[in-house]
Amino acid sequence: MTCLHLLLTLVFAVSLGTPVEIQRPRGVPLTKKPFYEENKPFTCLDGSRTIPFDRVNDDYCDCKDGSDEPGTAACPNGSFHCTNAGYRPMFIPSSRINDGICDCCDTTDEYNSGAKCENTCKELGLKERDVLQKMAEITKEGFLLKQQLIEEAKKGREEKQGKVTDMQENKKQLEEKVEALRTVKETAEQPEKEAKERHLKAWEEQKAAIRLEKDKAKMAEAFLELDDNADGFVSVSELQSHAELDPDADGTLTETEVQGLMGGAAQVDTSTFESVWTNIKDKYHSEVSREEADMSSAQKARDDFEDSEKALREMDDQIRNIEKELSFDFGPDAEFTYLYSQCYELTTSEYIYRLCPFNRVSQKPKYGGSETNLGTWGSWSGPENNKYLVMKYEHGTGCWQGPNRSTTVKLTCGKETVVTSTSEPSRCEYLMEFTTPAVCQEPANMDLLPHGHEEL
Amino acid sequence: RKSCAVPSSPCSCSWTSSSVLLTFAVDRGNFKTCDQSAFCKRQRALKPGQSPYRALLETLELSDSRLTLQLINDNNKVHLLLELYRLQGNMTRVKINELKPLRPRFEVPDVLIAEPPTEPLSVLSKDDNGVVLSLGAKNQRLIVSARPFRLDIMQGPEVLLSLNSRGLLAFEHLRLHKDTDKEEDGLWEETFKSHTDTKPNGPTSISLDFSLPGVEHVYGIPEHADDLKLKTTDGGDPYRLYNLDVFQYELYNPMALYGSIPVMLAHNTQRTMGIFWLNAAETWVDISSNTAGKTVFGKMLDFVQGSSEKPQTDVRWISESGIIDVFIMLGPKPSDVFSQYASLTGTQSFPPLASLGYHQCRWNYNDQEDVKSVDQGFDQHDIPYDFIWLDIEHADGKRYFTWDPHKFPQPKEMLQGLMDKRRKMVAIVDPHIRVDSGYKIHNEITSKDFYVKNKDGRNYEGWCWPGNSGYPDFTKPEMRAWWSSMFAYDQYEGSMENLFTWNDMNEPSVFNGPEVTMHKDALHGKWEHRDIHNIYGLYVQMATAEGQTQRSGGVERPFVLTRAFFAGSQRYGAVWTGDNAAEWDHLKISIPMCLSLGLVGVSFCGADVGGFFKNPSTELLVRWYQTGAYQPFFRAHAHLDTTRREPWLFGPENTALIREVIRQRYALLPYWYQLLYQAHKTGMPVMRPLWVDYPKDTATFTIDDEFLIGSDLLVHPVTEEGSRGVTAYLPGAGEVWYDVHTFQKHNGAQNLYIPVTLSSIPVFQRGGSIIPRKDRVRRSSACMENDPYTLYVALSPKKFAEGELYIDDGHSLNYDTKKEFIHRSLTFANNALTSSNLCPDCNFLTSSWIEKVLILGASKPSKVLLKMDGKETPVDFEFDTSMSVLTLRKPGMNAGADWTLLLQ
Repeated sequence: MTCLHLLLTLVFAVSLGTPVEIQRPRGVPLTKKPFYEENKPFTCLDGSRTIPFDRVNDDYCDCKDGSDEPGTAACPNGSFHCTNAGYRPMFIPSSRINDGICDCCDTTDEYNSGAKCENTCKELGLKERDVLQKMAEITKEGFLLKQQLIEEAKKGREEKQGKVTDMQENKKQLEEKVEALRTVKETAEQPEKEAKERHLKAWEEQKAAIRLEKDKAKMAEAFLELDDNADGFVSVSELQSHAELDPDADGTLTETEVQGLMGGAAQVDTSTFESVWTNIKDKYHSEVSREEADMSSAQKARDDFEDSEKALREMDDQIRNIEKELSFDFGPDAEFTYLYSQCYELTTSEYIYRLCPFNRVSQKPKYGGSETNLGTWGSWSGPENNKYLVMKYEHGTGCWQGPNRSTTVKLTCGKETVVTSTSEPSRCEYLMEFTTPAVCQEPANMDLLPHGHEEL
Repeated sequence: RKSCAVPSSPCSCSWTSSSVLLTFAVDRGNFKTCDQSAFCKRQRALKPGQSPYRALLETLELSDSRLTLQLINDNNKVHLLLELYRLQGNMTRVKINELKPLRPRFEVPDVLIAEPPTEPLSVLSKDDNGVVLSLGAKNQRLIVSARPFRLDIMQGPEVLLSLNSRGLLAFEHLRLHKDTDKEEDGLWEETFKSHTDTKPNGPTSISLDFSLPGVEHVYGIPEHADDLKLKTTDGGDPYRLYNLDVFQYELYNPMALYGSIPVMLAHNTQRTMGIFWLNAAETWVDISSNTAGKTVFGKMLDFVQGSSEKPQTDVRWISESGIIDVFIMLGPKPSDVFSQYASLTGTQSFPPLASLGYHQCRWNYNDQEDVKSVDQGFDQHDIPYDFIWLDIEHADGKRYFTWDPHKFPQPKEMLQGLMDKRRKMVAIVDPHIRVDSGYKIHNEITSKDFYVKNKDGRNYEGWCWPGNSGYPDFTKPEMRAWWSSMFAYDQYEGSMENLFTWNDMNEPSVFNGPEVTMHKDALHGKWEHRDIHNIYGLYVQMATAEGQTQRSGGVERPFVLTRAFFAGSQRYGAVWTGDNAAEWDHLKISIPMCLSLGLVGVSFCGADVGGFFKNPSTELLVRWYQTGAYQPFFRAHAHLDTTRREPWLFGPENTALIREVIRQRYALLPYWYQLLYQAHKTGMPVMRPLWVDYPKDTATFTIDDEFLIGSDLLVHPVTEEGSRGVTAYLPGAGEVWYDVHTFQKHNGAQNLYIPVTLSSIPVFQRGGSIIPRKDRVRRSSACMENDPYTLYVALSPKKFAEGELYIDDGHSLNYDTKKEFIHRSLTFANNALTSSNLCPDCNFLTSSWIEKVLILGASKPSKVLLKMDGKETPVDFEFDTSMSVLTLRKPGMNAGADWTLLLQ
């Protein structure tokens, strides 16, 4: 049977560099040393029984709580303390004592197994301090960046709020204008309405014919106007000068948007311009002011009314968009605001993953194929103490015989805003790691970093 | 692992195809009923009655070892040759073949471990009506009746078993198409769904009936998802034996599953017998009983009136081709039948100790990082495990023997990481080979011409996981030798000695084949696939296990898991019950499925813990761990589409419950190991129905919700949702059982109600037994190698107990080749516990010792002495009066030593 040392002489190198010897039973942390008094009966730490001291670490479990065997594997629920001088002390389950696997960097867990363990505490300590240092630097810089983000977000928010207030003011005026124009329109329409009732059918036909003709004339006119270089074609760049055609009303008419309006063609001639015209005629502003000589007063009133009503709708949309943005939970200090309407990509061996925070996550095969929705913005779902560490995207494309795809995004502190990894731990449940300064915590004082011997 | 939802299309597409399965159940339409299988329908149409077969007694020839006799079918004048053998160990072999077949008929090779040794037969009497032969001991006789032909095996005045007593012997002789007297459907061609079987040899089926007077309970013929006790098949389909990849199998029906073992056991209070029908073709088994329809009242009335006809079970076997080759195992005890069958087909392979630990599997662990983090998860949560498994996604494009270069770029690094933790890995190697000229395995098989051929002689190709695949002809010994050589470390790149193998899809599964398997007219040399179908999977595992042994220079034990199996598969490793589901009924059925396999030689059996398809509820998962921990092969597995279910993902309480039961498993590893050794040596099943140990107790005959592990542990898993209690039957009048958790004693021969909580797994130790445990559970079985033992001595009412202790290195074949093991008998009698050597010429040294002895049901001694090496030393002890448990503290002797502990 095995023969065990009751007491172990532990040698420490304290920060001053002077070796100090402290005697205590193997596997006992310094804090518990007073309970293990040599040559005095030992009482199990749960108080359940008292045994002679020579039964401490005698490789037989006497205490229900395992406290009599801190240095052997005899108790199923015991734990072994390794000092790991130079690194950090730790407890391991006593089942890992002498199991042939080196668990403690100071090798003290393998004192009788024949396992060839090397003391790696010093290296680990250095490495850890190095890592902690780097982490601290990142945290520090990240935290500074975060402060900027918070500042920007605050400014941005104020601006937007101001804008909304202004817009709401304008909206009010617009609403009044719409009402006024409505009255004008209705008055102007009165005679027309009467006539219409009399000759309803004839009127409709006539109106349609007039409209068509007018439209055609307008279209021809517009074509000539647009065709700046008079080459008989309207090109993308020629159309792009008409900022009022911007489909999403974000203030810029991009080339892609123009291509959209032109149905994907690079240029159109008069015959193909017809389809483009349908796309743009409602917004198109003529380059020369023209008198609509033939416009009836009713028509004029109607147009005025419709124009102002449209302007009101557009303003409503803008207000709603800004309000939507303002309603997102961008963190306690709005530090996540900058992620809004941005997208971040990660390319793996097979796929391009795309994270658009507060919007959606998607995956696209690298070598062609359609995009798959891996979830749309759901909620913050980190742990209770900080829900802003995890984002959840849900209700993505359904899986065959399975659930809808969903993605969990784990946020860690970093100077850069990047997606660092993606995986699919379960079928159709994705995991993404994402670094951002927005989660960097205020760094602890550098002096408090561990130096390896906090126990002494 | 899995099977394919849409057999008519390549499976890789089915996952994304729109052909979504709306219901969760097998698509029965993909598999034949007896009516859709031409030979079964033909044979079953034949009703009991006068047999056309007659024995030509004048042709009788008797040699030392066998008797031959011609039979004639009076309807068509075809002559058959009957061979009778009396085999050593109380068995009779009956062979019937055509006297002069047009071509040789297939006889199954490689199943019997040797030509069974015979004993002399002698003619006791002979007249025009028949012959009486002596079967040697115990007044046993074999009677051959001539007109009609019939065989009866008798003991004294009793008929034990009769053949052709109902006249259902039917032997379709080989013939030429032009000679077919009448054109009947399905004789020369047969179509099922879109598949046509060309049947160039025409009808070739065989059938024979057996009557078992006095028998009401028959068991065996796995694999079916059904009760332990076989049901009568009147009015339904017969039990089918045809290895098939059944997608989402249904329970409680006779449909074929992944494996086939054509062995049936018959049992009553007087005798246990077995019928081994050695045929590898598609087989159907009909069972009928004269008591099956009777109510208990009716049976009682018969009994009271004394007019009862004797209960009788009739069995009929039908196979599509080959010959009739039947072994009748006459018992009489259950253990006799097990050793008789073992003497024919061999015993359970003795697995490496680690393979009895816990296995963590999933389709799929995605990459090396995933493997590493799961491995760490076990340590973080202090849960032991021995093997982590990789399914098909680990290979490069499903090219087995390779690794996906992106997901597993450094397999050796990964394996070394596991080895550093004293743990192991299994990677899947399936028998379908991707047809790809850039794939070494495919190219070598092609160049060596080792593929199975289609009916036109070209390489047979079918769809499986890799897409278009070839199927190596494992029936060829040269092919198997080559396959084995592929496991050499220099051939299987990235493999190391802690990498083991899993053979899946070896029915074989062919997604676009008839019934998701190979066409019957495919060719294995001169034999049709029809002839060999059920043995294909056995050969795959055989060649794989051989490869693993060879790679170590014949030193190490292999570990190979297979899904398909046949009689004899027990020699090559473990089997599991295939693609089950996360449902309570599937948990329940795991018990009869593994019990049935154990009865016919396959002890190393398990079911996917948690259920393969679907997501288990937390309660079901915990209950499944509790059940699986007490079944021989203990592996959790899950389908690709399920959510992750590593043991720590269900909250700390459930993690603790799962940890606890896995630890119970590890503490009992010495007992499991000893039982596997016993199974290996004797053929005794490890996981057993109660009737095996209590053969006279009729109350045990239909129990399949509880079971024995060896003789000494009785387990009644909780398999009902929301259960508050279970009723366990404790067998054995005059015996006692001890609850292993509380040590409370209960009397035998009673139904015991046990209240349960989610942490309960009712387990009892038999009074009269000694079980060695290693209570210091560590992170893998290898870490526990040198740990001390605790002996659990459970006293019988007569204050007696006995047990065994088996120790070896846990992994090599040295136990066999060098007798390097310790085998000790432990006996408690007359207040003394003694360890004595069962193998004095064995040599093995262990550093394990005896740290503790618990004696359950003891009285308090005044003194305890250890007698060893001629010295006596006192031993400390404690006595718990409430449960009568005596604990001997640290007696400390080496586990391999001779010693006695005296209670005074």
